[in-house]
Amino acid sequence: MSFITRGFGGRSRERDDRLPPGQTLVHDFPVLSAGPTPEVDTAEWELRIVTEGATHRWNWDEFNALPHEDVNTDIHCVTHWSKLGTSWRGVSLDTLFENVESQFDFVMAHSYGGYTTNVPLDELLDGQAWVVTEFDGEPLDPEHGGPARLIVPHLYFWKSAKWVRSLVMMPRDDPGFWEQNGYHIHGDPWQEERYW
Amino acid sequence: MQHLDGNALAGALAEFFSFDVTTAIARCNGCGAVDEFARAIVFTSPAGTVVRCNSCDHVLATLVESGDRAWLGFSGVSAIEVRRG
Amino acid sequence: MIGRPSVPRSGWHPATVVANTPETTTAARLELDVDGWPGNAAGQHLDVRLTAPDGYTATRSYSIASAGPATGDTTRVVLAVDRVPDGEVSPFLVDVARAGDRFEVHGPLGAFFVWQPAAAGVAASAGDGEADAAGGPDAAGGPDAAGGPVAAATRPVQLIAGGSGVVPFVAMAQAHADAADATPFRLLYSVRTPADVFFAPEFERLAAASAPFRLDLVYTREAPAGWPTPPARITREALAEAVLPTSDAPLVYVCGSTGFVERVASWLIELGHDARAIRTERFGGT
Repeated sequence: MSFITRGFGGRSRERDDRLPPGQTLVHDFPVLSAGPTPEVDTAEWELRIVTEGATHRWNWDEFNALPHEDVNTDIHCVTHWSKLGTSWRGVSLDTLFENVESQFDFVMAHSYGGYTTNVPLDELLDGQAWVVTEFDGEPLDPEHGGPARLIVPHLYFWKSAKWVRSLVMMPRDDPGFWEQNGYHIHGDPWQEERYW
Repeated sequence: MQHLDGNALAGALAEFFSFDVTTAIARCNGCGAVDEFARAIVFTSPAGTVVRCNSCDHVLATLVESGDRAWLGFSGVSAIEVRRG
Repeated sequence: MIGRPSVPRSGWHPATVVANTPETTTAARLELDVDGWPGNAAGQHLDVRLTAPDGYTATRSYSIASAGPATGDTTRVVLAVDRVPDGEVSPFLVDVARAGDRFEVHGPLGAFFVWQPAAAGVAASAGDGEADAAGGPDAAGGPDAAGGPVAAATRPVQLIAGGSGVVPFVAMAQAHADAADATPFRLLYSVRTPADVFFAPEFERLAAASAPFRLDLVYTREAPAGWPTPPARITREALAEAVLPTSDAPLVYVCGSTGFVERVASWLIELGHDARAIRTERFGGT
């Protein structure tokens, strides 16, 4: 029954050759949330990596003492927007996993507030992922995941868990929150792995 | 981010159910609260709709839509009471 | 009537704009002719879907200001839409839509935020009238049964609106007047300025009608000349003075922005109103 409504164009949808298929460019930074924004005090903040044998922990000061990198990257949201050349600062997962031993190949990222998302370990290493605390030279806003979020820019942005609190090694690629509820287990934007 | 309430589910779910979901009563798996969907807390974004218990914030239900496909999740609900009409 | 009202079956319908007239400085009243509209109960909403030439669609919910007898004998539906700055659908509906334009509507939707005169609800669900009358799904013996054995026809109604949240209430007040219902009805309506009042002539007529209806306005930014109180956001104390007392065991409906609804609802509970007797509807701004 669908018919075109005179005078309605929707928001302008800008396309660019650098974009994966089905994506359009935005200049603002849309906020997508599955729940209330958690208020995380850096005095109580902690990042953990949990394996079958050990738990590695960093409090805010310990985390900030780790070597940091500037990350300049494009990001692609499954809701069809992309943002080019975003600037972040944080710690590479290569640094965080330096002394971590595990037989398991998969990681579940858990966030303050209860969000989860799954990523294979080999897609988090070799300069592919960071835990960042700054965006555009400023501390990360809570609504964008502050005080610290994961970024995995080569996958759709729902994999870049806001308010990250722990990375838990797991033997199978179990689905996280959105992956259980319709989204793709992997989420490569260049393959348009949006849904099941 | 601002949330809405379960009244906002009426249109999306009317596409799939023959009863009005907003007045159906669900039991939360998280805390056991029993309440109408209309009283739930609803977060909507282009990624999907997340329905949370107004007592304990537990995720009751999710809705993801893409064109002619939709994914309905009721992972946080143990049962839904529907009245015969 | 509340709890399990009779509402028509929803569906998608083509709508044609009959008239688009300014309602306030930022809002428009849209009169639609909706093909196949089955009627609606007072307080229900509908979804508007707009389709762009490239197939892109945008859907938003709007409360319905009209409440026909829910018999399907009228295809006229009235909306009042406030323009959301940077919005996608409301600027089109307020500024662009004109008579003859067509889009799709899905409705009528929602049976929770609805008021019906007692006779309509009882007739609609024989045998459930008693449970409905006591105010909610738990009324038939549940621990949260609201308000005790107060018959629906005599259970007073307090409506509380913030801004464009008044739209479902004009439908409820009109349904109340059309039924010549004796239930006391009060509307507490918070607006920024006198120019922001929706449905001013309708409310004036409703206040003069035989069904008991009273409007209390609260101006938050600018009050009319000679208004007894300076403009200010509503407070808990002002709310306590303006709403029906808990001793009347009113059904309370609250509609507005999320912040307004949560503020008012928490005050109502602090003031001793029964949570089960409070029904809320929040709207967002996208």
